[in-house]
Amino acid sequence: MKEIVRFSHVSMQFPGTLANDDISLSIYEGEVFALVGENGAGKSTLMNLLYGLHQPTLGEIHISGLPTAPVHSPEKAMRMGVSMVHQHFKLVPSFTVAQNILLGHEPKKWGLFYDEKAANETVRQLSETYGLEVNPTDVVRDLSIGLQQRVEILKALRTGAKVLILDEPTAVLTAQETEELFAVIRRIVKEKNMTVIMITHRLPEVMQISDRVGVMRRGRMIDVLRTRDTSEQGISSLMVGRDVIFDDLRTEQESGEEKLVIRGLMANNDRMLPALRGVSLSVHAGEIVGVCGVEGNGQTELSECIMGMRPQTGGSVILNGKDISRLSPRKIREMGVSFIPEDRLSTGVDQKSSIEENLALGKHRTRDFSLLGIHLRRGKVKQYAKQLEKQFDIRCAGVDEPVQSLSGGNVQKVVIAREFSFDTPVLVICQPTRGVDIGAIEFIHERIIEKRNEGCAILLISADLDELFRLSDTLVTLYDGNITGRFKAGEITMEEIGFYMLGAKVQEGGSHE
Amino acid sequence: MGEIFNVLLLQTTLRSATPVVLAAMGCLLTQHVNMTNIGIDGMMLIGAFFAVLGSYFFGSWAAGLGLAILCGILLGLFYYVFVIKFGSDEFIIGVALNIFAGGLTVFLLRTVFQVKGAFSDPALVPLPTIHLPLIRHIPVLGQLLSGHTLLVYVSWALVLILWAFIYKTPAGVHLRASGEYPAALTACGKSPEKMKCFASVACGILACVAGAHLSLGYLTMFAENMSASRGYVAFACVIFGRGNPLIVFLAALLFGFIDALGLRLQNYIPSDLTAMAPYLVTVVMMVVVVLWERRKKKS
Repeated sequence: MKEIVRFSHVSMQFPGTLANDDISLSIYEGEVFALVGENGAGKSTLMNLLYGLHQPTLGEIHISGLPTAPVHSPEKAMRMGVSMVHQHFKLVPSFTVAQNILLGHEPKKWGLFYDEKAANETVRQLSETYGLEVNPTDVVRDLSIGLQQRVEILKALRTGAKVLILDEPTAVLTAQETEELFAVIRRIVKEKNMTVIMITHRLPEVMQISDRVGVMRRGRMIDVLRTRDTSEQGISSLMVGRDVIFDDLRTEQESGEEKLVIRGLMANNDRMLPALRGVSLSVHAGEIVGVCGVEGNGQTELSECIMGMRPQTGGSVILNGKDISRLSPRKIREMGVSFIPEDRLSTGVDQKSSIEENLALGKHRTRDFSLLGIHLRRGKVKQYAKQLEKQFDIRCAGVDEPVQSLSGGNVQKVVIAREFSFDTPVLVICQPTRGVDIGAIEFIHERIIEKRNEGCAILLISADLDELFRLSDTLVTLYDGNITGRFKAGEITMEEIGFYMLGAKVQEGGSHE
Repeated sequence: MGEIFNVLLLQTTLRSATPVVLAAMGCLLTQHVNMTNIGIDGMMLIGAFFAVLGSYFFGSWAAGLGLAILCGILLGLFYYVFVIKFGSDEFIIGVALNIFAGGLTVFLLRTVFQVKGAFSDPALVPLPTIHLPLIRHIPVLGQLLSGHTLLVYVSWALVLILWAFIYKTPAGVHLRASGEYPAALTACGKSPEKMKCFASVACGILACVAGAHLSLGYLTMFAENMSASRGYVAFACVIFGRGNPLIVFLAALLFGFIDALGLRLQNYIPSDLTAMAPYLVTVVMMVVVVLWERRKKKS
């Protein structure tokens, strides 16, 4: 196999941190190389060096045998055949697919005007060449995240790249979209003999798609393995530097009384179309009920209805025997429900406020933290935040730093620390570990199980089946706004439950209980 | 009724809409790069004053217009440097500019021309009036379209040119991208800041030219605070038309129409009320926009 990228003794020093420490690595033509590691392990930095966003402090990088030194830049990287798809898409929402892909390189008509026909044609050809189907005239804003990513990939391939870097490409995708992405990756690698380097957190995906995997920890390349010679267990212990126990955490325990009951709940989505068509379920004390389903089948609406954030069009939500259907989120929280929303950045925290302020949110009106409800007692807030920082292992430069300075996993820990410390009998938890690294996943799972063992009633909504199977006592499947199945843990396999999630099977009486 | 609603009314409409059209064309450029320039009113006022200054001292309308354009470039650069380079709050800069313009023109009026309130002089050379060949002989249409000052025609041409520029050229695409999602533009190796600088300077020029039309085209004098908040009206027109030059133009015409109508109704209704009309319409326009957006959100 031909070597296409070589790092020789590359180090990257940022003020205060050595992000990459003497890394040597070869990547070959026609392979899928997965780069794994916890948040802050230096994966993104290494790829940014390759893509020319930073210059290495020491060492050399060669692309196709040519050095990137003395001055590397993204433009140069692209000329040398390296393109990158960033985690956050760089697309203009109101522009069409073609306008976005050709931004900065528009075809011209009469030397002055934007040639729309030629642009659409170019994109159509590009899309055919790589077998990535897009409609050039679609407006990006109206596309699903999966399709937007496809547009980004096409944009990266426009210059005829040989190496494609994908930075956590599956973090925002649904299971189905992930499958489609992988099909695309396989095709371009096989048919175009391209090289794909993928930064990721998700080990099942590493096993599924990659040929080789590089494991990074604290800036160093710990090991490079052939994927087929290793296992998820093996990779994860390398990543964390110790064995990660991914086995059953649940203790045997009888679940208690019914805490949260949902009866025939109906609601519309943002487009005013029915999203929940009569959902019924109940959660007992000391029980975790996991909601499985392909995203967009009503999970979001379900959690929002319970929390009073979305008007319901029918049915009821009952907490400890009291109907909370028409109450405000604040009232519902006061009655004993805590909530971890799926989108932590927009709903879970106030990004511009400090960590301590976010941790005290919801308690800021209590006597402990405020004087007569009008003056915030900063000192008390800080003291309290420091305690939670330790207890929940939030890694930050200081609790008075803004939340937006934190990494994804640590933002999630802030949300969890805040919500769990309400000590409410009922918890609604959505996507608790999305985009979070393995060490933090382990920590978060342990906290959730702890809550269950304390006797909390927990409704867990997640797109991650591994997570659901690992934590739930009861699993329900949600498909197109209906409950299609209800199973005790251990009664069903992951393969089997897939049929219910896709609506191919419906349990008797499942949808009308 | 015939005394009020006739061709002359429409002619006045076109004339009094022009300063708003010119200022709005500048404003919509900044709107597209996601800058909110509320300093347009002040820029207009400064443009109006210096146009008079140039025309009076050099005895030529071109010198007046040139001086106004020069002011526009400087004001646009000032705005760009403070808002983008130094990251000041654009509302504060805009308001500061408006207050400064009011003070500066009054001060200069008194020191340079030694008058209070208004300055007019036979030595002031107004903008030339253009009589369109052929069209001027067509009965009603000739009266309506011909015989306006230069900048009226310039403003019409600008509407079309800007429309084509913004929606039909690569540069226009970059302009819009730099406002909506600058990171996308940076990622493809273009500079959103350059676009913002261009828009800001162009806006300054157009606002000052609008002022020049006010003092050398519409009237041949300078009066204190003669922009009379037309800059804000232009801003409202841009919001109403969502930056589309064609719709913005129509909105400005509506303003011009109400303004012209108000002037004629002065014989029947107290002038305090008629003078209020255009601004009232502006408020109504903004309400329409809000209701419109709300409905769109629902569907």
